[in-house]
Amino acid sequence: MKKLITNWNNYPVVEAREISFDYERELAQKLNQQSIPHGNGRCYGDASLAPEVVNTLRYDKVLAFDELNGIITCQSGILLSDLLQIIVPRGWFLPVTPGTKFITVGGAVASDVHGKNHHVDGSFSRHIVSMSVLTGTGETFVCSRTQHEDLFWATCGGMGLTGIILDVKFRLKRISTAYIRQRQIKARNLDEVMALFEENSASTYSVAWIDCLKSGKSFGRSILMLGEHAGTDEVNRDKVLVPKEKALFKVPFNFPGFALNGFSVKVFNALYYAKNYKKVIDNITHYDGFYYPLDSVLEWNKIYGKRGFVQYQFVLPLSSSKQGLVDILKRINKHGTGSFLAVLKLFGEQDDLISFPMRGYTLALDFPIQPGLFEFLDELDIVVADYGGRIYLSKDARMKKEIFWKTYPRAHEFKDIIKRYDPDNRFVSRLSERLTLKP
Amino acid sequence: MEENVLILGATSDMAVALARQLALEGYSITLAGRGSDRLSALEGDLRVRHKATVFSAEFDALDFDSHAGFYESLPEKPDIVICVFGWLGDQQAAQQSWDHCKKIIDSNYTGAVSILNIVANDFERRKKGIIVGISSVAGERGRQSNYVYGSAKAGFTAYLSGLRNRLFSHGVHVMTVKPGFVKTKMIEGIETPKMLTASPKAVATRISRAMKRRKNVIYVLPIWSLVMLVIRSIPEGIFKKLKL
Repeated sequence: MKKLITNWNNYPVVEAREISFDYERELAQKLNQQSIPHGNGRCYGDASLAPEVVNTLRYDKVLAFDELNGIITCQSGILLSDLLQIIVPRGWFLPVTPGTKFITVGGAVASDVHGKNHHVDGSFSRHIVSMSVLTGTGETFVCSRTQHEDLFWATCGGMGLTGIILDVKFRLKRISTAYIRQRQIKARNLDEVMALFEENSASTYSVAWIDCLKSGKSFGRSILMLGEHAGTDEVNRDKVLVPKEKALFKVPFNFPGFALNGFSVKVFNALYYAKNYKKVIDNITHYDGFYYPLDSVLEWNKIYGKRGFVQYQFVLPLSSSKQGLVDILKRINKHGTGSFLAVLKLFGEQDDLISFPMRGYTLALDFPIQPGLFEFLDELDIVVADYGGRIYLSKDARMKKEIFWKTYPRAHEFKDIIKRYDPDNRFVSRLSERLTLKP
Repeated sequence: MEENVLILGATSDMAVALARQLALEGYSITLAGRGSDRLSALEGDLRVRHKATVFSAEFDALDFDSHAGFYESLPEKPDIVICVFGWLGDQQAAQQSWDHCKKIIDSNYTGAVSILNIVANDFERRKKGIIVGISSVAGERGRQSNYVYGSAKAGFTAYLSGLRNRLFSHGVHVMTVKPGFVKTKMIEGIETPKMLTASPKAVATRISRAMKRRKNVIYVLPIWSLVMLVIRSIPEGIFKKLKL
C-alpha cells in the first residue's frame, strides 16, 4: 500500500511504498527492484524520497560500546537522541552533531553532517572507524579508510546512493559534564562577525545567528555563539552527566500562510537581537539548549504551514566569502522574503569526495514556499556557483543539475563508484534522478 | 537477585520495546524467539543500553513438543512471563488454504496455550508470578476482514480469563492486553488512524505499569474501550451487513 511521505520541510510530497526491517536477512528478502533508504525524515529535500523507501528506524540496536576508548558500534536506524541517553551518563558525547538530535546515524553518514565544531573536528565521517553497507550488487561490504575505500568515501555524504548503511562503528568525544561554557557576542554588522569568527577560531564550537533583513549600517548584524565543554568545577550541580529528553512545547497545527510575513520576521529578528542587551554574555548551559534549541519545540516545521519551506544552505570558499556574502545577502534583502533564523558558520578544511563542507563561510536560511521563490533561488544558485561555492544536498529539493555538476568537482568520480557498487540502479531517489546521478 | 522476565516471541517490535522498558527498570531478561542472529543484536543492545543481565533461548511457538524441554532448560526460571508472539496472516489466504489457516490459529492460540500451560503449572507450584498475554481487540467480534485471526485471539482471551480465575487463589496474576493498532511491522503498509495507533514504546510502558498494579484486562489507549463498546453493541442483524 502506498502512502504520502515527505521530509522535514513538507516539500516535496511523494507517494511511496514503505518497507522496514530489523535484521539483515529480512532486508534482503524484502528489497525490491528500486528503493532508497529513509531514516527519520529530517533532511530538507528529496534525497530520501522515492516511490519505494526503506525505513531504517527499526534497525536500531547498539551492538557494542567500548566505554574505555569511546568507540560505539550501532545499527544505522538508531537516533542520535537515543545514543545521547546511553553515552552522556558514561562521560561521552557525539563527535559531531547537527542542529537536531532527531536524526539517525545512517542519515548522519549519508549526509556527512557537520556541526558547530566543523573547523576543529571536521564532519561526521572523520570519526567513523568502519561501516557495513548492503550495496546494489546484493553484497554487504565492510568499508573503511583502508578497506573498500572507494565505497567508504562514496557512502560518506553519498545520500544513500551506494546502498543501505547497516552498522556504523565510530569514535566518541570525552566529556566530564553535560554542560557547555557559552559565550555570546553581539556583532553590529557582517564585517564584525567575520572578524570575530577568525579571532575565535580556537574555540571548539562556534556559530552565528544573522539578521538577513537589515540594511545600511547594521547590514549583517549577528550574535556569535561560542562554546566549550564545561569541566566539573564549573558546574554547580550534584549530577553533571544528565541528558535531557523532555520537549517543552509542540506546535499544535500548521500555521496559515500569512502568519509568516516580512513584518513578523522583522519583529522576531529584532526581539532576538535585543534579548542580548550586553555586548558579551557568558554562561554555563546544558548541551541540549546549546546544540538543539529547536528540538525543544516539537514539530516546529508547522509554522511554515502546509505548503512547506525550503532551507537554502550554501558554502563559499574563504577567498570569496566576504564579497559573496555581501552580494547574496543584498539580493535576499531586496527580495524581502527572509527567514526566521539565518545561521552563519566558518568551516574548516575539508576536501572529500562528495561531502558538502569546504574551507569558508556557510549560510543557512529558511524560505517559506511562495510564488516566485524557486526562480529567485535559481538566480542565487548561479551567484553561489560563480563565487566557487556549492549547495548542501541534504537541504536541497530544487537545484538544477547543471549547478550540481559545476559545483561538486569530484561528482564524476562519485558517479563512477556508485555505478560499480550499484550497476543495476537499485538505489534511486528523487534527488539522484533530478541531478542525473542515476540512472 | 533481580527478577527475571521471560519474553516469548522476542523478535517482534512490541517485544523489543518491552525488553528495553523492563531492562531499564532493572529486570533481568530472557529473550525467547526464532533466529539467534536476530536475538543476539537485541541482547547486545540491552546490555549496552541498560547494563542488563540478558539470556536468549531458541523458541518456536509452533513446535509444541519442544515447549516442555525449552522451559526446563531455561538458565533462570522467570518471575514474569509475557507472551507476545502472534501472527496476523492473510484472511484471504486462510479461507483458501487450511495450512495457512491452521498456522494463524496455532500462532495465536494453540502455541500460546501449549507454552502457558507449562508456565502456569510451574507458577502454581511456586505460588507466585505474573503472566501477561498479548491478545487483540480483533478477538472481541469477528469481522470478515480478519476473523480467523480474530477467533484465535478470542480463544486466547478466553483462555487467559480462565487461567486468571484458576491461578488467583495461588497468588499468581494473569493480565490480558488488547493493544489495538500499534505501529509495528505487523501492520506495515496499512494506514491506521493516528488517534487509535500507539507506538510500541507506549505499549511497553503501559504494560509494565499495569502489570505491577495487577490490572486484569487492559487496552493500551483508553479510547479503545469506547471504540470496542460501540463495536460490541451493534446488533448482529446490522453488523452482518457491514463491510468491516
